[in-house]
Amino acid sequence: MLRVNEKEVSFQAGMTLADLVKDHAASGEADILLVNGYPASLQTILTDGDQCWLWKRGKVPSAKEMRRLLFARHSPGVQTRLQTKVVGIMGLGGLGSLVAIALARMGIGGLLLADYDVVEPTNLNRQQYFVDQIGQKKTAALRDILQRVNPHVAVTLMDRRLAEDDIGGLFHDVHALVECFDDPAMKAAGLRAALHNLPGVFYVCASGLAGYGENNAIRTRRLYPGVYIVGDEVSGASPGQGLMAARVGIAAHHQANQVVRLLLGEGNEAA
Amino acid sequence: MKILCNGEAQETPSGTRVADYLSQLGLDASSVVVECDGKILTREEYASHVLQDGSVLELIRFVGGG
Repeated sequence: MLRVNEKEVSFQAGMTLADLVKDHAASGEADILLVNGYPASLQTILTDGDQCWLWKRGKVPSAKEMRRLLFARHSPGVQTRLQTKVVGIMGLGGLGSLVAIALARMGIGGLLLADYDVVEPTNLNRQQYFVDQIGQKKTAALRDILQRVNPHVAVTLMDRRLAEDDIGGLFHDVHALVECFDDPAMKAAGLRAALHNLPGVFYVCASGLAGYGENNAIRTRRLYPGVYIVGDEVSGASPGQGLMAARVGIAAHHQANQVVRLLLGEGNEAA
Repeated sequence: MKILCNGEAQETPSGTRVADYLSQLGLDASSVVVECDGKILTREEYASHVLQDGSVLELIRFVGGG
């Protein structure tokens, strides 16, 4: 048996890559040919068990193809559940931009993204934006990045400043809400809003991720059922202790993984 | 009077409001979420809510950075 674009295809002795291209890609379409991860020519003779990729450069995978890719990597059980879930993200800086990208790569169904800010040159040391996006709204810039990562995520943008009183109404329909604000007053406001107004919505907030302190001081701690805090809870951003890509990234991926665990019915055990 | 704050026994004068207590601890009230006797306080209640002898406080403190 061969795997061709993550689909099983029966193997016959003497088959070449050209035979596969003829049968499994519209003629002349495939110009990227990989066998077991390496570039290969049409004349390559295949061996049973080979994993082959036939791809047209620049082709965007259809929703069905993307689903198949994710099924193959994550198992259908996991993927079927993730693709029906919507996650809200408040703040699209170092944490939020990375949480969004991680969830999109994992095949989340939808993202509701909120920020009022524009991409500044000083953001590029840790946020997922690119030099050519300086000056763009973070909401639009992140949507463009996500489009290149996984075009089949339903992305909704909220280009606005959030306040404690509107968080409950704006994020009422998400399955999980991730707090990625920079301002500690908004972090506190977000948690109060979630505890008061969003029962039944999983909530993952963050505090303490500045500098280059110990990796393992970043932890995920349960505050209430379905409500978690990520970070070392002490390292605030301050002069001399800036926000740096690596540690912010550790915290962001704690947040993203905790969301996935909660959405898949894990990780909500008592503290 | 005695209160319990994040699991530790503490002394505070009777009549202490939550906002007073936070400032005694040197905390900026705006960056703290307060649970008092099992109830999450609204931001407005920090100034009005008076701690009682035996009150159980949980403070969740946020530092900046995101």
